[in-house]
Amino acid sequence: MKRKHKRLTFVGVALLLLAAAAALVLTAFEDSIVFFYSPTDLISKKPAPDRRLRLGGLVEEGSVEKPGAGLVLFRVTDTAQAVDVSFTGILPDLFREGQGIVAEGHLIKGVFMADNVLAKHDENYMPPEVAEALKKSGQWQGNEKEKTQ
Amino acid sequence: MIFHKYANPTRFLKLASLIQPWAAAATVLLFLSGLYFALLASPGDYQQGETVRIMYIHVPAAWMAMFCYTAMAVAAAVGLIWKHPVADLAARATAPIGACFTFLALFTGSLWGKPMWGTWWVWDARLTSVLILFFLYLGYMALANAFDDPARGSKASAILALVGVVNVPVIKFSVDWWNTLHQPASVVKMSGPAIHPSMLIPLILMALAFKAYYIWVLLIRMRAEINEGKIRSLRLRQVHAGQPPDAAGDKITQAVN
Repeated sequence: MKRKHKRLTFVGVALLLLAAAAALVLTAFEDSIVFFYSPTDLISKKPAPDRRLRLGGLVEEGSVEKPGAGLVLFRVTDTAQAVDVSFTGILPDLFREGQGIVAEGHLIKGVFMADNVLAKHDENYMPPEVAEALKKSGQWQGNEKEKTQ
Repeated sequence: MIFHKYANPTRFLKLASLIQPWAAAATVLLFLSGLYFALLASPGDYQQGETVRIMYIHVPAAWMAMFCYTAMAVAAAVGLIWKHPVADLAARATAPIGACFTFLALFTGSLWGKPMWGTWWVWDARLTSVLILFFLYLGYMALANAFDDPARGSKASAILALVGVVNVPVIKFSVDWWNTLHQPASVVKMSGPAIHPSMLIPLILMALAFKAYYIWVLLIRMRAEINEGKIRSLRLRQVHAGQPPDAAGDKITQAVN
């Protein structure tokens, strides 16, 4: 084997081992790499009330209530399960019913007390007229399609 | 390998001076048409309104950030395995360009994140892995220039570039493997682009403009690196011949031109 072939084999094998190591590390840390839990995760994991975590999903249609003083109550759903969320403060512009959001806070007695709400944007880009036309023709699949697992 | 020929710096210089004006012209034309469509002749988004225009800079910059890193790693590997001097130069010349693209992607993403998400920055898998990419570029540049002997610098930094290449697929698939705040891919995905043609056209034009810009600046940087190498070897020759360093200044100017 010539020297350059040796070097080629060495680099190839080293890269394969490195990729395997990276894959193992990322799989092992999966729980801390995920940015948010879905309502189903949250209900099955039952985290302690002092643990700060993030809840992600869609704002359930017709669930938003604003009793006043900046308080907002709504439900976050992944279409299988839903969690009640209570939040006081300013919501991002994209917040609306059916929108994907991520709430940060604590789960206390089954209610998620959020101290921060971020809007999630989906991967669809289109002009307003096209969105209108899609809604009219019944082909609209915008936010329902967004993955929430 | 057909590229064997261009491992010779002199042949490479000839080819580079042939391509460079075309790359420059393509950059200017593509940027003019791309910016016209991106800023004036394309509609606002149904949800984001005019903020969508940040995407025409952000997405091509992010693509180039990953493309440049891959190109740098491939060039570094060719330099390491086959000892092609021009490949080492290509890797060195790509690093600062890629670092700039990465910074641009992070910066414009942050500007978009504040009005849309409600935050400048979050530590989700996509944003964090791109920040790591930025640090890999900086580390590569620091290591490549940390040695008196450029050949040793190239070797050490090539290994760093190859180790860091595992990060590239992690960036690409981070939005599919984990829950992230960042949205999944819109253009390169199985079911076809989830972006309206009136917005896809300016995006593609801008992506091509960024690519042409990369080729243009890469050639300029590589020619500069080759000239620098020539100056270095002339200086060394003078020192060995016992001449004072200034005596042959004219010779250096001649050699560089």
